Parts: sequence; structure tokens; C-alpha cells
Amino acid sequence: MIDIQLLHEKLDVSHCLEFVSAPGIGGINIFVGTVRNQTKGKRVLRLEFEAYEPMAIAEMEKIGRRAIEQFDVQRLSIHHRVGTLEIGEIPVVIAVGAAHREAAFKACQFAIDTLKETVPIWKKETFEDGEVWVAAHP
Amino acid sequence: MKLTLLAFGIAKDITGSRFSEIELPEGNTVSDLRKMLASRYPVLKELAALRFAVNSEYAQESAILKEGDEVALIPPVSGG
Repeated sequence: MIDIQLLHEKLDVSHCLEFVSAPGIGGINIFVGTVRNQTKGKRVLRLEFEAYEPMAIAEMEKIGRRAIEQFDVQRLSIHHRVGTLEIGEIPVVIAVGAAHREAAFKACQFAIDTLKETVPIWKKETFEDGEVWVAAHP
Repeated sequence: MKLTLLAFGIAKDITGSRFSEIELPEGNTVSDLRKMLASRYPVLKELAALRFAVNSEYAQESAILKEGDEVALIPPVSGG
């Protein structure tokens, strides 16, 4: 079972945890991304996330389906936030529930790594002296 | 043929709009559109990568575009 959400409000880790909790689950792995206060030593004031929403949801659904096909996991929840986030806030939560922990760890790593490569979401860092779209330039 | 063009992130800053309509010759491919946009907005070529999505799916350069397609410019993604 897969739960994919793109949200404009604060993420709640407990919602993802609840979704992947079930009687057959023996291990849950949760990845929580948080907004860091610096990039390469430069102070970050805030981040802005923008998404191509229908495609971002479709790509996250693909990741969920692939994770369940490739690893022995039963439940997966991905919540991603868009909009302006302050330092310490949560842009992404990925929770994976499996009968055994090893598959949950692997699937969770696969999900966040793939999300960062394929899901059309962009973040802009605001510094004291300007703004930069992350990864846009070589 | 008329297409809808969407641009996100830095691509939106470069083209100046998130949503626009463009006219292309029948039978044009993603590759043709890329060339057209690169000549109109040369700074697009400075991006680390630029992918295209057609109707919300990543598209090959050889994909043939059709009237009414929604084509999105996908600069390097940075979610998570």
C-alpha cells in the first residue's frame, strides 16, 4: 500500500508512521529531510520549494510502486512539502514498513535517492545576499 | 500546431513565465523544440541539464509532439 502526498502545509511525521504501521509489519524505517542553516559555509535564511504538481505526484507514485516490487516491503508513505520553509522545517518524509528491517532500510534509501533524481521539485535557497536555484548550474 | 509550455524553477526565471503557448511546425520533436528554445533563450544552454516532459512524462529527444501537448521544461531537480 502506497500513500503519496504533496502538501502546502507543515508535514507531520506521525501521519506517515501511522500509514506504514500494521500487524504484519516488523520494521519501519523513516527518513526525514530538514532544512539546513548553511550551504558550503554560507548562511541560508530559508528555502522555497516549487513542484510540477501532477507529475511530481506521478513520479513519487512510481517510486513507491518500484520500491514495493524491488524490495520485500509492504507499506510506503512519501509526503513532500512545497512553499516557503524555514530552517529546521521538514520538506520530505519517507516511511517504509516491512516484515523485516533490512528491506525497510534499503527501500527507504532507494526512495529518497530516486526522489532526488526524478521527481520534478525544485528548491531555491535564499542567502543574505541573494537567491540560488539548487543544482541548476554545473 | 499549438502547444502549452510549462517552465519551472530556473527555467521559469529564464523564459519569464510558468505557462505559455507556443506554435511549432507539425511533426516537430522534443529535440526541435529544444533547439528553438535554446536559440530564443541562449542561457538555457548554461544549465547543468534540461529535460523535457510531455503530458507529465519524461520524454525522449526523438518524441514527436502533437497539437495540444503539455510540454514542461525540467531543469535539474532538487527536491527532498
